[in-house]
Amino acid sequence: MLKFLPRRLLQLVPTLFLVSVLIFGLQQLLPGDPALVMAGEERDPAVIEQIRRQYRLDQPLPMQYLHWIGNVLSGDLGESMRIKQPVSELITAKLPVTVQLATMAMVFALLIGIPAGILSAVKRGSAWDVGANVFALWGLSTPNFWLGIMLIFLFSVKLGWLPASGFVSPFEDWRQSLATTVMPAFVLGNAIAAVLMRHMRSAMLQAMGSDYVRTARAKGLVEKTVVLKHALRNALTPVITLGALEFGTLLSGAVLTEQVFSIPGFGKLIVDAVFNRDYAVVQGVVLVTATVYILLNLLADVLYVLVNPRLRD
Amino acid sequence: MAAIAASAGAPTAVHDSPARRALRRLLARRTAVFGLVVVGVMVALALFAPWIAPFDPLATRFMAIRMSPDAAHWFGTDEVGRDLLSRVIWGGRASLAAGVISVSIAVGVGVPLGMLAGYVGGVIDAVVSRITDAMLAIPFLILAIALAAFLGPSLGNAMIAIGITATPIFVRLARGQVLAVRAEDYVEAARAVGNPPARILLRHILPNILPPVIVQATLAIAAAIIAEASLSFLGLGQQPPAPSWGSMLNTAQRFLTQAPWMAIFPGLAIFVSVLAFNLLGDGLRDALDPKS
Repeated sequence: MLKFLPRRLLQLVPTLFLVSVLIFGLQQLLPGDPALVMAGEERDPAVIEQIRRQYRLDQPLPMQYLHWIGNVLSGDLGESMRIKQPVSELITAKLPVTVQLATMAMVFALLIGIPAGILSAVKRGSAWDVGANVFALWGLSTPNFWLGIMLIFLFSVKLGWLPASGFVSPFEDWRQSLATTVMPAFVLGNAIAAVLMRHMRSAMLQAMGSDYVRTARAKGLVEKTVVLKHALRNALTPVITLGALEFGTLLSGAVLTEQVFSIPGFGKLIVDAVFNRDYAVVQGVVLVTATVYILLNLLADVLYVLVNPRLRD
Repeated sequence: MAAIAASAGAPTAVHDSPARRALRRLLARRTAVFGLVVVGVMVALALFAPWIAPFDPLATRFMAIRMSPDAAHWFGTDEVGRDLLSRVIWGGRASLAAGVISVSIAVGVGVPLGMLAGYVGGVIDAVVSRITDAMLAIPFLILAIALAAFLGPSLGNAMIAIGITATPIFVRLARGQVLAVRAEDYVEAARAVGNPPARILLRHILPNILPPVIVQATLAIAAAIIAEASLSFLGLGQQPPAPSWGSMLNTAQRFLTQAPWMAIFPGLAIFVSVLAFNLLGDGLRDALDPKS
């Protein structure tokens, strides 16, 4: 059934290799002596010398890369210059926060995007269709950090219903956790909902015009059964795989959302690292994000085969 | 050739040129016209900002700190008394420039590379395609932030970062389009009469793959405007005190309780301009689609 999987896994190797080369290459963009820049305000020659040794900056580039990738493959992403903590530890600590946020955002996106797409296709040309399309355009054109600020203004400043910032773990207090994440999750999910809605609509329109739907109607089935059992089941296939891909986009969106809502997650980690000129952290976060994104792509492919009976053999 | 050109332009010609037909189709769509008008107004505001903006966008007035919108200051003033309308108009310059310049970088690098990869094939295609895959494997904003972080914070570097990040989309698009048309009869014919590859690519293939590139470029400007605002919001784009919509929103967040207008207007400006480019892009897609 998943005969393509080994070949697909093998294809990941060159992509992951090139991604690692690109991320390693970022260091070369630093203006001037990388050791000096990485040291920041620290002017102690001993520190600069230590950086030079740590990153093998006195060796040729290929050697530097081999040293770096060797460490990465053994789970060592380097050490944060500022916090003096291993980058991998920082990432493991922050990732669950972002995953919780992204999962909630995906739930919002699915709950809004899928029904809106179905409704808009089934009632094509109606006010529902126009409304759903306006919503999609709004979702695609609104910068999520602005939406976040506006929601804080409305629900925190004006109405006082929700906390403006911060994060509480669901294991500590699930109600408080929900209160702190509902706004950022909605902000993150909004744009994805728009994308899902558009795809759901076109997939549904295609399904509704197909022969099997015409046959189902000809058999005298009620419209609800035709739409939900025949058209929707087929139309959902591409949308499910798209959902898996969009999960990666959520990681990108989380950067700004976490910044606006002061949520100590993955996104805030990279922003803080950028400000602190903590380059090892920036590289580590980008590498982990890219790997997660590549694996989500693979998951999307697998899901596509699993939910599509015609591709199973 | 001159005779053909003359007859095509003559008033007796029955058929429209493809460009004219596309324009007619574009103008028949209300949402696309709205997008076009808004983009036109934005370009005019950005070009004529020094004459249109009512105040100096950098002039601080400590007697007029955080004033709500009124007749003199339509959008109110900020935390150091600068006129927000003037700053939004001048900020449009940075946003539009970032959108256009970064997409120009992406098109200028991506389209030739993609065309070459698609036409030549072999090792060049394999190398270009794998690098493209690798770049597309890093989420857009994360890559742009990383590039901007390493290049150093400035509007110019933000444009370069966004341009590099958007390049693989155009490589992939151009490559796919070339693969689709390279076996067409007119390309075969051009090759058969002995045209060199460069001439075939420029004269015969490029004009035929241009429509999807134009559509993608319009939509990419919308994405680039959001990306520039995002980078400026994070402090990686336009540096203060120079106005940019993203950095204005960053400051506004600190004064949300006392001066919400500081957040409303720059955000609306981003929203309206991104919406306009999205509507224009959607309209162009329909207008340039030969099947519609």
